[in-house]
Amino acid sequence: MTDSTESPDLTRRGGLTRLKEGTYGGLFAACAAITLLTTAAIFVTLLSDAVVFFRSISIVEFLTGTNWSPNPAGGGQAFGIIPLLIGTLTVTITAAFISIPIGTLTAIYLSEYATPNARSILKPLLEILAGIPTVVYGYFALVYVTPALKATLFPEMSTFNALAASIMVGIMTIPMVSSISEDAMSAVPDELRQAGYGLGATKFEVSTGIVVPASISGIASSYILAVSRAIGETMIVVVAMGAQARMPEVQQALFGIPFVNPADVLLQSGMTITVAMVQITGGDLTGGTLPYNSMFALGLALFAVTLVMNVISDIIAQRYREEY
Amino acid sequence: MSNSTTDDSLITTEVQTDSNDGREAPAAGTAVAARDLDVFYGDEQAIDDVTMEIPEKRVTALIGPSGCGKSTFLRCINRMNDMIEICRVEGDVEFGGKNVYDPDVDPVALRRKIGMVFQKPNPFPKSIRDNVAYGLKIQDFDGDVDQRVEESLKGAALWDEVKDQLDSSGLELSGGQQQRLCIARAIAPDPEVILMDEPTSALDPVAASKIEDLIDDLAEEYTVIIVTHNMQQAARISDRTAVFLTGGELVEYDDTAKIFEDPEEQRVEDYITGKFG
Repeated sequence: MTDSTESPDLTRRGGLTRLKEGTYGGLFAACAAITLLTTAAIFVTLLSDAVVFFRSISIVEFLTGTNWSPNPAGGGQAFGIIPLLIGTLTVTITAAFISIPIGTLTAIYLSEYATPNARSILKPLLEILAGIPTVVYGYFALVYVTPALKATLFPEMSTFNALAASIMVGIMTIPMVSSISEDAMSAVPDELRQAGYGLGATKFEVSTGIVVPASISGIASSYILAVSRAIGETMIVVVAMGAQARMPEVQQALFGIPFVNPADVLLQSGMTITVAMVQITGGDLTGGTLPYNSMFALGLALFAVTLVMNVISDIIAQRYREEY
Repeated sequence: MSNSTTDDSLITTEVQTDSNDGREAPAAGTAVAARDLDVFYGDEQAIDDVTMEIPEKRVTALIGPSGCGKSTFLRCINRMNDMIEICRVEGDVEFGGKNVYDPDVDPVALRRKIGMVFQKPNPFPKSIRDNVAYGLKIQDFDGDVDQRVEESLKGAALWDEVKDQLDSSGLELSGGQQQRLCIARAIAPDPEVILMDEPTSALDPVAASKIEDLIDDLAEEYTVIIVTHNMQQAARISDRTAVFLTGGELVEYDDTAKIFEDPEEQRVEDYITGKFG
């Protein structure tokens, strides 16, 4: 190497190469910009049409109203989001009670217990579960889950009900929790497991005491995604839960503390925010009317709910973060 | 595990009758013994018919070129090799008179008696306190945890540096401190043997020399078995040295002074003087 008398060629590359490099950079930046611009455009559209809506209906009335009837036959429109919010939260929370525990335990099994063979079969299978069209889940809920629940546990259940829809939304989001959590757990360095085993920890102790805490931020983000997906889920809910915006009966418990019988919410029909939006677009709808604009107010509310959920999950993830 | 008077022991836990025992230290009992040990990874033999007795409360160094099986041997002692599916062990490894590969031995219980320190410092992403207390927690230790944490950190020569930050993450420490934290974590449950797999190879020379001093102190209470690539390190810190050469063969095992000054085997001399490996 050193005996070469010729100095190496260090001159800048020709204009064409530099032009190509610059073009690539621009292309990649443009793709990134599309996502950003779309998000911004959606937000601006939501906001501007919602503002028109809030000129007619006050924000307080929208947020505290307990009656949702945008297109009543007789007249007397009402735009109260509370029954829709109850519907959305019922589905989301019930679904989370299914998807989070089952998804997390599945992820622990896949990451820590399954043999490579079992994992290579199970993981793609779970991902197929995520690929089933949601309308299929919806009909499954309506045609199989509801009759089964009716025949066994809840004879008084209505044909369209929140419980069956929530169960199916929960099952639909299991792969999201398990797949992303499993990725996070598999990324935990093996040295940490070795340290645990070296101290005489059992597999269970290593999994729950070392691997899960070390990957909690990845696990939490899988929960965020699953919950956000459940909040936005429309098809399953339209098919299996019906479209009746109803307020549960608020009862007075001890000391006058108001409470709602969960059965009153879960076993009855209901309506979520997304379904309300679908219903409005389903009617003969002309732009600029109040029901039309209410759609954007609902969209904004949905956006806000998702944002709050994300922020809360983020705080939780930060709080329990164990970086390795 | 510790109480193993009932099993038909093959090993003598009595005085080591070593012909080269010219050192001042009194002869010690045997902590760990291998008998006709063969280890295979699939079809490949990693340990070839090794028989050796490791004295208690001494530092025993395992040296040899890469791939000679010294780490494999170390991991047979606490059965960490169990986790490698293709690994197959034949022969006996005795600890306290009991073959650790007997079917009735629970590797979890075994590892609670044999601590381990790894090549790369691997503290848990937890606080310093929780790191040291981890072994106590999983063993349902019912004594004073804080006191044991303090003793262990003192034992690992780390207490003075971290006593005001026990709740901060173990990962905020420097590499050398992390390795001493791992040593504290290993000695907290009060094991009988500490296995060290090249514990200083990822550290700078100053941090490494602190660990070496520490190993010397540890041998007062524990049996230390250390795998090292560094022959000077083996010469400095160990009482006994075992030289493994390619193919997992234990070529020579003797007092460290004897190995480094006057080895019996030409191959060992070649290796130590750098002609081979």
